[in-house]
Amino acid sequence: MDFLSLMPEWLITHGAAVLVIMPLLLGAITAILPSERLAWFVTLFVTVFGTVTAFAILLVVFGGETQLYKMGGWDPPHGIAYVIDGLNAPIIFLICAMALLTTLYGLKSVVAEVEPKKRAPFYAAFMLGMAGLLGMVVTGDAFNVFVFLEVSSISTYVLVAMGASRDRRALAAAYNYLVLGSIGATFFVIGLGFLYMETGTLNMADIGAILRDLDGGSRVSMVAFGFITVGLGLKLAMFPLHLWLPGAYAHAPSMVTVFLASTATKAALYLMLRFTFTVFDISFAYVFTVLTFIITGLGCAAMLLGSLSAIFQTDARRTLAYSSIAQVGYMLLGVGMLTTMGLTASYVHVLNHAVIKGALFFALGAFWYRYGITRTEDFAGLGKMMPWTMGAFTLGGLSLIGVPFTAGFISKLQLTLAALDRGWEWAVVVIMVSSILAIFYIGRLLLAAYFQSPPEIDGEIVERNEAPLIILIPMWFLALLSVGIGIYYSDFVVQLAQNASDVLLQGDRP
Amino acid sequence: MTPHVILRIISKFLIPLIALFAFYVQFHGDFGPGGGFQAGVILAASVILYALIFGLDAAKKAIPPSWVRIGMSLGVLLYGGTGVVTWMLGGEFLNYSVLIDGYPAKGQHYGIIAVELGVLLAVASVMLAIFYAFGSRQPDLSDEDW
Repeated sequence: MDFLSLMPEWLITHGAAVLVIMPLLLGAITAILPSERLAWFVTLFVTVFGTVTAFAILLVVFGGETQLYKMGGWDPPHGIAYVIDGLNAPIIFLICAMALLTTLYGLKSVVAEVEPKKRAPFYAAFMLGMAGLLGMVVTGDAFNVFVFLEVSSISTYVLVAMGASRDRRALAAAYNYLVLGSIGATFFVIGLGFLYMETGTLNMADIGAILRDLDGGSRVSMVAFGFITVGLGLKLAMFPLHLWLPGAYAHAPSMVTVFLASTATKAALYLMLRFTFTVFDISFAYVFTVLTFIITGLGCAAMLLGSLSAIFQTDARRTLAYSSIAQVGYMLLGVGMLTTMGLTASYVHVLNHAVIKGALFFALGAFWYRYGITRTEDFAGLGKMMPWTMGAFTLGGLSLIGVPFTAGFISKLQLTLAALDRGWEWAVVVIMVSSILAIFYIGRLLLAAYFQSPPEIDGEIVERNEAPLIILIPMWFLALLSVGIGIYYSDFVVQLAQNASDVLLQGDRP
Repeated sequence: MTPHVILRIISKFLIPLIALFAFYVQFHGDFGPGGGFQAGVILAASVILYALIFGLDAAKKAIPPSWVRIGMSLGVLLYGGTGVVTWMLGGEFLNYSVLIDGYPAKGQHYGIIAVELGVLLAVASVMLAIFYAFGSRQPDLSDEDW
């Protein structure tokens, strides 16, 4: 590991805390910086540094080590411990890397979408959101999760509302998100309260051990499980609780949409995995029932209804937002199988979907940047007007459908195999139907872009106007990555997911 | 003759006491219930009382919104900065024991005071910022803004 030997020892040992503290503190400094350019450079520094650190930690953890960091030197379970293992290390790296790509993208797109006075605070809120997401993934303390959940949520509401200088509807969307997100956070903390009542501790590993001793605990922990599932379900846009998502994705600034779509719901899904499998345990009857029947059912409903709604949207961003709800359904279906293969498939899809949706939303942002396009009917002729951007969109779209040699194919293949392994043939049918629906909603956009001619304005055909390079680079990086995962790196991604599901199911040893 | 003479006189008398009580709560946090959060709220309450009696403009002249904005960040930085100092001294983040070489108990004491001051600053500023934001809100949008 040459890369690891380059990293200072200190950074690896303290990495878990550095990842959270650095964006938090530099975000606070950025909030009082007057210059937007300076704010951008600070954000770039934070994200580059974070990505490198997260990558180093990922490598260390990939070697089979678990990183434990004691905040303030206090031993768990009394002190707050930050724990990085095979389950959260890939998510941490994902968050940092997506933050880096969106920051690059933001150099141009934020200038176009956010009014000048608000740009430095925009970056400050962005960094706080990043710190919040990283914090809720890194920490091993249940209440600390809630704190960071709120840090990330509140800064996300602000970021969504910043879209108001482009479209006033962003305010309504942000308010919607605020109300529903707060309900979700409240439910989560009520659940934590019940858990604390049952076990008398807040350290996640400790709660898990005590609950296993109690063999699932009394009705109090059942109620806790219900509240936590609903609270996190709201955050990760589980099917009937997804209503905040389309508005928030459609009206936020493009950079924020990409960041949200590829990290926020993923972090919430990670928490759900962490809570259902390691804090609670699937050997408890209530957890088993909820996962097998309710979560699986909701996942399938999301796959079908989400994809179906995506077909009928008139706004391309809403199409992709509904598609995201459907993709969360795939992940939940994998979780509901309760097998190593199912969890692996689900986790693979978490990573792949982040890459795919990132590329797609980057492209949508670029269409808006050049032509102010968001409606599906305006896609006519985009293949000629912005060939490179449309190329990236096409790759992402094919990957979303699950065409062979793309990332989406890998996840759907894994999920199908897992369903067959579990003996759920009907689930294969659901996956197929949902994929066919995806062909419709993506195909509709691609057909318009490639087979219709560009619109005429004042008798002249609109000229070709490609997006700037700094927007194309992160977009194409993700688009190529989604193909790369499909062809070369599928083993690596599956291995990451395998490690994650090992962490999740290790509690089930006799 | 200014209106509300009694209110003005009484609150003029009370405001410094409230502020003083805030600092009492702050430093009493070492020995009993209290600490930065409560003290920050009380401190902000003294300014808010001033604004209610003498008007928002007078309050903004006394504590300008720009200070409030800086105060919010500075509070967070004071808290986090303490952690960074403990990092530099070789401990974990916010491990105050390393603050004073050879005297971990004293280090814990000073560390917690620094951190609580950060909390005081951040909470008081945020309370004021919220009050200013609601207080100076312009009425409904005019038609041109839509």
